Amino acid sequence: MAARVDIGFWFPALALGVSFLKCLFINAYHSTDFEVHRNWLAITHSLPVSRWYHENTSEWTLDYPPLFAWFEFGLSHVAQHFDRNMLQVENLNYASPSTVLFQRLSVIFTDVVFIYAAKECCRCVQEQKGSRDVLNRPSFVLAVLLLWNFGLLIVDHIHFQYNGFLFGVLLLSVAKHLQSQHLQGALLFAILLNLKHIYLYVAPAYGIYLLRSYCFTQDNKDGSIRWMSFSPLRLLALGSIVVSVCALSFGPFIAMGQLPQVLSRLFPFKRGLCHAYWAPNIWALYNVLDKGLAVLGVRLKLLEEAELPRASMTGGLVQEFQHSVLLSVSPSATLVCTLLSILPAVASIWLRPCGARGFLRCLLLCALGSFMFGWHVHEKAVLIAILPLSILAVESREDARIFLVLTTTGHYSLFPLLFTPTALRKLHSGQGPLLRPLEVVYLLGLVVVAIACEVVFPLSPWQQRLPFLPLLATSVYCSVGVCYSFLRLYVRLLQRDDKPKQL
Amino acid sequence: MKTWSLVSICVLLGVVVRWGVSLNSYSGAGKPPMFGDYEAQRHWQEVTYNLPLQEWYFNTTDNDLNYWGLDYPPLTAYHSWICAYVAKIINPDWVELHKSRGYESPTHKLFMRTTVLVADLLIYIPAVVLYCLYLTDGSSKKKISTLLCFLLYPGLILTDYGHFQYNGVSLGFALWGILALGLGWDVSGSMAFSLALNYKQMELYHALPFFCYLMGKCIKAGPMGRGLFLLVRIAATVLATFALCWLPFLSDPSQALQVVRRIFPVARGLFEDKVANTWCSLNTLIKIRSILSGDSQLYLSLACTFLAVLPSSFRLLTKPTFWHFKLALVNSSLAFFLFSYQVHEKSILLAALPVCLLLNDLPLIAIWFLQASTFSMLPLFLKDGLLVPYVVTSLAFLFFSLYLLSALDHCSEDELRMGAYNKLLFFLPKMDLACVVRWKFYISVAVMAVLSIVSIALVPPPHLPDLFPVLVSTTAFLHFFGTFVYFNVVQFSEPPSRKSQKKNN
Repeated sequence: MAARVDIGFWFPALALGVSFLKCLFINAYHSTDFEVHRNWLAITHSLPVSRWYHENTSEWTLDYPPLFAWFEFGLSHVAQHFDRNMLQVENLNYASPSTVLFQRLSVIFTDVVFIYAAKECCRCVQEQKGSRDVLNRPSFVLAVLLLWNFGLLIVDHIHFQYNGFLFGVLLLSVAKHLQSQHLQGALLFAILLNLKHIYLYVAPAYGIYLLRSYCFTQDNKDGSIRWMSFSPLRLLALGSIVVSVCALSFGPFIAMGQLPQVLSRLFPFKRGLCHAYWAPNIWALYNVLDKGLAVLGVRLKLLEEAELPRASMTGGLVQEFQHSVLLSVSPSATLVCTLLSILPAVASIWLRPCGARGFLRCLLLCALGSFMFGWHVHEKAVLIAILPLSILAVESREDARIFLVLTTTGHYSLFPLLFTPTALRKLHSGQGPLLRPLEVVYLLGLVVVAIACEVVFPLSPWQQRLPFLPLLATSVYCSVGVCYSFLRLYVRLLQRDDKPKQL
Repeated sequence: MKTWSLVSICVLLGVVVRWGVSLNSYSGAGKPPMFGDYEAQRHWQEVTYNLPLQEWYFNTTDNDLNYWGLDYPPLTAYHSWICAYVAKIINPDWVELHKSRGYESPTHKLFMRTTVLVADLLIYIPAVVLYCLYLTDGSSKKKISTLLCFLLYPGLILTDYGHFQYNGVSLGFALWGILALGLGWDVSGSMAFSLALNYKQMELYHALPFFCYLMGKCIKAGPMGRGLFLLVRIAATVLATFALCWLPFLSDPSQALQVVRRIFPVARGLFEDKVANTWCSLNTLIKIRSILSGDSQLYLSLACTFLAVLPSSFRLLTKPTFWHFKLALVNSSLAFFLFSYQVHEKSILLAALPVCLLLNDLPLIAIWFLQASTFSMLPLFLKDGLLVPYVVTSLAFLFFSLYLLSALDHCSEDELRMGAYNKLLFFLPKMDLACVVRWKFYISVAVMAVLSIVSIALVPPPHLPDLFPVLVSTTAFLHFFGTFVYFNVVQFSEPPSRKSQKKNN
């Protein structure tokens, strides 16, 4: 295992700096998620527990697991000192200055978990030999990539969500695994699942890794599984941790017989294949292909225009819609695709485990695979892949290259291009340029697309007829980048299979 | 390569912080009928765009000078005209004559904030970058740290991007002037400073040091020959720049006279509102404004200002080096701020700029003064609803400048240039000066913090409604006066032998 690394004074400086910056954005624009969380504060504070998952005065019903509800309950006790009125369920869209201040400050404060987790991750990073100045050390670069991640800053502190807190728990769990403290890591992950169930996507990675590398205490000489070394005690420990956390979280609701209601709130499948803003995943490409074929079919007189379904895919309300030429995609189809996509990764850590870093890679692929093929994916979900990839990116050059492409296209924006290349290039210097020419061309192309969408398009005559074109174009262009990163990460994983190293 | 990427990161950080501050409220937001400085700037865009040049400074039916009449020199008017031109393209309602009075909207706010940012990016920020990279000494890390602290100075950010003004333009031009003089390009430097003067007349606070430095240089170069030639070139440049800026107004002498009357209003009193200078602080003890007549107030302040600025100007005239020039800039602007007529609290920015130049050389004192200058504007920021940005930027500046510049470590007597103090105060027992200064710093920061919290959280007693602004301005005054004395002492003491003496030509 990598030795613990000393963290200098620069870490608190970075953390304090970014926290100050977050305070400046208290009065910036916030999205409907602000009202969502205010509503949940109101529900958990004013109503008894039995009503939490039945309440639907507001359209933003409680759709996170119970532990998050308890978290909001705790927050609401602090909230009442800021402005009691925000805790009335009837006060829809209430946004007084004290409310805004409280909510924003709560995100900034709960980010302490994220800062602590980032510090633990920085400790686990392998340092290169030889003295370097602070700015060139992998731990420093990782701290910058994690703490100053612009995607997270924009989503949490402008758009408004509690992702910093949740990612903190995830990264802490990863750090614990990297430090070989598997039980703590498992506990943290169980807590995380009960805070936000979207992390179920990466549960296979955890499950298989812990089963293979923790429950089977020893391997054969060639790295294959040694069935005799199975330790039922360890399995029992893991199982009891998970069960007890879930019991603590769901217990009250099972006792009240509300489990089906809770589950139906947690997994709403009424929404459409794609969000109103298409996440850059496979389905964006699929939709475009379908639309393209439809247009082509009409032009070549193979299809009747009247037969094509009229529903718009990027209309404001997210509804079910049909594809016109290709097969329609149902939720179960996406589930199957997701499972198929993560199967090789999961299989590889079962057959040829590569220690904690192999687990991290598998986690990454599970997250990215579910982003690529999942149902109603938000573009924010790409952060689940990007943040753990930062850890790998500061250690290896290949990963840094993939990280750069993914972070730019995954965030839909060019912001990462301003900081990350310099930081990563300094780390992995001396081995030629960081990006391959094709990748450079692709990323420059993104600049062109951005200019075209923001500047050229609004002034062009197509603005009226095809208003969704910029979003579509950006989404499709970025999904190419995301798919590329996904494939490259897979190649990395499978390549390492040939030479299993104990990391 | 590496330095430039760090520089761009610093600039980016500076821009992000500025943008963050600009998301907050501005002066006079939602406060009819007069609103505030934001409305004044918008009104000037309206006036300069819709009315002919001859009417800009005159009281006509279309141009009511009582409602934010133009009171800055022509360059401000031209700048407003350019902004108005852009505004007209985006949304003509913003500069509609008469009808757009008090216009407020989120898009308009975005537009106005963008104009400030653009002006900063074009003028102020490049000057700061070039100054920190070429005219400061030390390792490149130290230069980058100085650059970051310079860009994060809260007073300017809060005034320009919060309250709403264009100080970045005039200070930027002045900084270009200083930069040019530091690199030995005297003629270009004088042209840049003339542009600064033509943007805001308050730059006159810096005029005396520029004059004495250049005059001293000319005398040193030989009163006959090269010196005289240089003097002629500088004078010609300055006259030409002024002529160019005032060209449209020179056709009619009454025009030029009216502009002068607008930019130097001598009809107002010794001071307005609560400002951290001598007269306002003295007023708490003796009611000067009621004792003396208007004219004698004017003469008194003129005399005191002249006396205060004399020593440092004279010293600069005899020793025209860049180091003395920077010190003289500080001393002159502080002297004017402390003793001059009709000083506004925002004028402290004119003293803050030269002190920022000294961040590299005297980090602790510079940081101390810059913190006090931001603190002195607290009542103004509270009135504008800029509490959170004030707290955040002040704390960030204090923390980061102390950390990056290791200010508290460089506190030895030598580094603080306090050798002269020991000579002056020889009758006092010898103390560890470094320790004393550090403790004074801590106490002062604590006092400022306590006063800030008290001003924000508590309600003043009914019979003393202005208690907190007065306390703030008096505390700030004590800091400024102490700094003034200190920098005068430093200017008169010998600079210690330094390896990079050659940089100071």
